[in-house]
Amino acid sequence: MSNLELIKKDLAQKVSIERIKFEHNFGNDVLTIVKEDLLAVMSHFKLTERFDFLIDICGVDYPNREKRFEVVYQLLNSKNGQRLRVKAPVGEGEWIDSLLSLWVGADWFEREAYDMFGILFRGHPNLRKILTHHQFVGHPLRKDYEADRQQHCTETLPIHFDNQPGVDGSILNPNYVPINVGPSHPAMHGTLRVMAELDGETIVRASCEIGYLHRCFEKMAETHPYNQVIPYTDRLNYCSAPMNNVGYCKTVEKLLGVEIPQRAQAMRVILCELSRIIDHIISVGTGGVDLGALTAFFHLFTYREKVYTLFEKLCGARLTVSMTRVGGMAQDAPDGWFNDVLDFCKEMRKEVDEISSLMLDNKIFIKRTQGVCPVKASDAIQWGYTGPLLRASGVGLDLRKLDPYYGYGSLDFDVPVGTNGDVYDRYLVRIEEMRQSLKIIEQVCKNMPGGDYTIRDRGIVLPEKKDVYGNIEGLMNHFMLIIKGLRPPVGEIYDATEAANGELGFYLVSDGSANPYRLKVRPPCFAIYQSFPSVVKGAPLADAIATVASMNVIAGELDR
Amino acid sequence: MAQDSNPSPHQGPAVITSQGTLVPPTAEALSGMSGTQHVDDMSRSFALTTRLDAIIAWGQKNALWPMPYGTACCGIELMSVMGPKYDLARFGAEVVRFSPRQADLLLVAGTITEKMAPVLVRIYRQMLEPKFVLSMGACASTGGFYRAYHVLQGCDKVIPVDVYVPGCPPTPEAVLDGVMALQRMIAKGQPRPWRDNWKAPDYV
Repeated sequence: MSNLELIKKDLAQKVSIERIKFEHNFGNDVLTIVKEDLLAVMSHFKLTERFDFLIDICGVDYPNREKRFEVVYQLLNSKNGQRLRVKAPVGEGEWIDSLLSLWVGADWFEREAYDMFGILFRGHPNLRKILTHHQFVGHPLRKDYEADRQQHCTETLPIHFDNQPGVDGSILNPNYVPINVGPSHPAMHGTLRVMAELDGETIVRASCEIGYLHRCFEKMAETHPYNQVIPYTDRLNYCSAPMNNVGYCKTVEKLLGVEIPQRAQAMRVILCELSRIIDHIISVGTGGVDLGALTAFFHLFTYREKVYTLFEKLCGARLTVSMTRVGGMAQDAPDGWFNDVLDFCKEMRKEVDEISSLMLDNKIFIKRTQGVCPVKASDAIQWGYTGPLLRASGVGLDLRKLDPYYGYGSLDFDVPVGTNGDVYDRYLVRIEEMRQSLKIIEQVCKNMPGGDYTIRDRGIVLPEKKDVYGNIEGLMNHFMLIIKGLRPPVGEIYDATEAANGELGFYLVSDGSANPYRLKVRPPCFAIYQSFPSVVKGAPLADAIATVASMNVIAGELDR
Repeated sequence: MAQDSNPSPHQGPAVITSQGTLVPPTAEALSGMSGTQHVDDMSRSFALTTRLDAIIAWGQKNALWPMPYGTACCGIELMSVMGPKYDLARFGAEVVRFSPRQADLLLVAGTITEKMAPVLVRIYRQMLEPKFVLSMGACASTGGFYRAYHVLQGCDKVIPVDVYVPGCPPTPEAVLDGVMALQRMIAKGQPRPWRDNWKAPDYV
């Protein structure tokens, strides 16, 4: 019995399934329900533990439909890797129930859907803007909002907090000291803003304001052809840009139904794991800086530069490589590149050990991080944590193991798991992950498959330059693909990869045209950072700084 | 202490009077610079002639204290500029200050959104004169490829910019080149009409 049939049988006891549409599209299980059934269906999934993770909530705008919006929920079972998409149509001005009572992690995702589309969630106590500024009028991801219509912001929001039952968040308590940190503050990494009320040094309540780097990725994706979206994906998590390229291209390829060649897969794995290492370098290095330890940063940056050099040799760019294309890679690796990667691995292995002893064995570092703001495994799941933070809390969920792609299933590597979920464990997990990534890269480099680096489908991949300039067929193919564009079939798909910060998901809706109809990114640190006010409550301010550093919040993917 | 309005040659090192002119030391003072003197004494009796504005510009250009306003990808490349390989310290600009009141070079590195614009203006106004702005990368300079509803189309819409560095993100070499261009501007005392005619937006 397929997964969908099981769900159908299961649900039949709870709600009338005549109103539910069951589909299996492009490898995804999809349920379309009426919005009145939402709470019944979702609480059933949650309570029976059929799906323990609420991965994402987003809206889609279909202006010509009777009910204009569709709210889309992505669910995941972390035990067997099964996924389910639940969709509920909602008309303009209509309410849909908030899932906050089931998953606290629904908080920011629902606020975002409200901000972007104006979808109203009943029972959400803080349904206000999250990404756009407070003077912004309208909802930008609606199809009738022009992509380049800017609205100026003339003032910053005063200190405010979330509403609690019976407490208005905009009224400050005169017994406590209000404090504002950021967005221009070294510990806030440039774009985060934290507001807190302090009793002495203890945080009584805290709140985050985000959106200072909201540069409209999703709207830009809707106004650009598929291949031109790739450079935008680079700038999501810019600390590990190639991983975003891979995640996006993998999604489009799945919708197109193409399998990329072995060599391209192996090259993507190497790029991803190198990116994971340099992402963790930033996280560990700047984490040390935020605690006052500058040495690790300078040490580690030497090695980040070495990876930049490898990237430069591969494709010419250092940070934002845009190395993948839909269908494979942009070009093959130059001669000897894989040997250079192996040499780097050898050097890096020593460096990881050195950093490990410099940070993890350091008495001051231990005192500043051990037992600081721990997050329990059950809470982490509730919030929608993924990646190193979830694993630090003791849940061994890794998409490379749970749902292996690109041959990860046949590679030998371990998934490090912490026990306490405190700041120390997060660095412990990250440093061990660097070792495991090195192990993966060495295995792949030593068994590099031959063959082509891209598929050669004329409707998907541009011909090589020598063919464009050298023969009429190449020229025509090039012309056709540029004019007509890459056109996936009508449909929708959700696909995820294990990025450095956790599950990086892309929900792609195609209407058969050359641009994506809707592209929603599920950024890992969005789910993680929303827990910040709860996690640091009752802790000293200095521990909050250590916590925000350990969460490795990258504004590019947080605000998109 | 009352200053002599008509200074006469005096014993000791060169001094700058309240009128801003440099008074050379006497021949006796200079003749004392023999090889047998201690370094400490030499420093007191060493003399050079220059224009006041030139020596101030020299000091300014070689001791720019940057405030990194890194908001996005360029902020990561800025770390490389500061980091061990490219090392901005070689150009005298290694004292990174995160307080605008202690900095004289604002490095805008990354996209400035509409939401961020009032914050950027406030930071700029908090900096003390003389102050300079370097806009790093396509986004900070023009909005880059984000022709989008929430992105300010260049930080020069709200603050005066002295040097634009192209690139997405620019290579660290390009940023160093930008800093050197700014140093040349300072050394030459180049007029900065964009700075002089700048009016703060009527908010913040």
